[in-house]
Amino acid sequence: MFSFASIATMAACIFMFGLFFSIVMNFTYMLKSIETNVGVTVFFEEGLDQASIDMIGQQIAGRSEVKTMNYVSADEAWASFSEKYFEGNEAAAEGFRNNKDNPLANSAHYEVFVNKIEEQGNLVQYINSLDGVRKVEQAQQATATLSNMNKLIALVSIVIILILLAVSIFLISNTVSVGISVRKEEIAIMKYIGATNLFVRLPFVLEGIIIGLIGAAIPLVALYFLYQKAVEYIMERFSIINQYVSGLLPVNSVFAVLIPVGLILGMGIGFIGSIFTIRKHLKV
Amino acid sequence: MIVLEGVTKSYEKGLPALSNMDLKIEDGEFVFVVGASGSGKSTFIKLLLKEIEPTEGRILIDNQDLTKIKRRNVPIFRRKLGVVFQDFRLLKDRTVYENVAFAQRVIERPNRVIKRNVPEVLTLMGLANKYKSLPKELSGGEQQRVALARALVNKPSILLADEPTGNLDPKNSIEIMRLLDEINARGTTVVVVTHNREIVNAMRKRVVRLRKGVIMSDEKEGVYVED
Ligand SMILES: Nc1ncnc2c1ncn2[C@@H]1O[C@H](COP(=O)(O)OP(=O)(O)O)[C@@H](O)[C@H]1O
Ligand SMILES: [Mg+2]
Repeated sequence: MFSFASIATMAACIFMFGLFFSIVMNFTYMLKSIETNVGVTVFFEEGLDQASIDMIGQQIAGRSEVKTMNYVSADEAWASFSEKYFEGNEAAAEGFRNNKDNPLANSAHYEVFVNKIEEQGNLVQYINSLDGVRKVEQAQQATATLSNMNKLIALVSIVIILILLAVSIFLISNTVSVGISVRKEEIAIMKYIGATNLFVRLPFVLEGIIIGLIGAAIPLVALYFLYQKAVEYIMERFSIINQYVSGLLPVNSVFAVLIPVGLILGMGIGFIGSIFTIRKHLKV
Repeated sequence: MIVLEGVTKSYEKGLPALSNMDLKIEDGEFVFVVGASGSGKSTFIKLLLKEIEPTEGRILIDNQDLTKIKRRNVPIFRRKLGVVFQDFRLLKDRTVYENVAFAQRVIERPNRVIKRNVPEVLTLMGLANKYKSLPKELSGGEQQRVALARALVNKPSILLADEPTGNLDPKNSIEIMRLLDEINARGTTVVVVTHNREIVNAMRKRVVRLRKGVIMSDEKEGVYVED
């Protein structure tokens, strides 16, 4: 007899686990893609000669944090700026230029991309210390916020999951002890006849594991469909995610991990809950 | 062979339930252990089953010291013994057949063997036409015969019976005793704990008499002597 309460709590536990697991996985994925899309911009002191700029470039390129970097000259910067703001309006661009050489004369810069966002701070500090560097701009603020949020979500979910885990184990343990007390006489007879410990205990262990499996399977199926719907909805409503980040993780890549992990977790909880109780109640 | 050497069993308070008991039961013997209520008869049976441990002394069954059997080997040891109780202890929700088959399943006999052994022992116990009955549909005597069949189906070398006729009328009691005698004649050592005077006197077997945990007498072809 499987207790409804233990399956339900188990289901809640695995549901929360799956929910947070998908969120954290997506956040991590977003961070990764931001890391590869957003870099550090290095500007130079006014009038710095090309040789010094090249020198700075070599020093940055020699750092292990750096994945790729490229040089944008002042002319290129102006070209890309004017293309963006004076699109198809050459006259306006000329007017803005106002016969000066290049209004963005000081906008030559390096774009540097790091391997890992955590290492960006280090790199920025290093670049700042180089001679001839005027300022270093970084998009770390945004990624740091995301990263902190990710950590917070992970922490909160771990706490909630641990509480639900404890409740699940307690309820499974309770179900198994009821089962044991109902079959007390039968167990006593089995022992007189010469039943091995394994023989007496196995049904109760199986009961715990099955509760765990059912309790895990139900929310995993529900989450699978929920996730698909959620991804569709988010992509439709918040297209920005598609711009900055390469979208959300597809359902299959999340659930290829989540399903085995969830099922093993459920079985594990069932196993622990029952073994624990059996040890307490079924001493030979 | 069952050997007790200076066995004492004390529970928490009061006098010991058994005191310095020496006893030897040969293979194939039939022994009555008699005595008033509280004289230590059930304690004696529980010691043989290794359900409880002696406070002092040692017990040997087939030269195996019970106190030295490792926990995980206790089940294997118990398969040497069959046991029946005053209250039958049948599984109420299962048929006669299933109650007896249960004993074979517990020791993991294959179905093919169970299908051969269970009918054989049920026939021996005169229950050939009661396979499908539930315990509540049987008389006390029939229930005890099911319990006997369950104890015997695994072919133990020793049968222990703790007041097997305690809940039965004289006619059924005699029938159970006849079966126990027959089991003994087929080679099983039988130890019967009882305080049923008529039966003991009618059977003329070895009688060990206990009083407050002490053996008062041990006679071949004995009779029941009141304290
Ligand atoms: N589990 C126990 N705890 C404490 N005392 C017990 C226990 N079992 C039996 N006794 C005591 O040991 C004595 C012998 O009991 P028992 O072996 O059951 O006698 P019998 O079966 O001859 O009636 C009695 O005084 C009884 O009260
Ligand atoms: Mg008794």
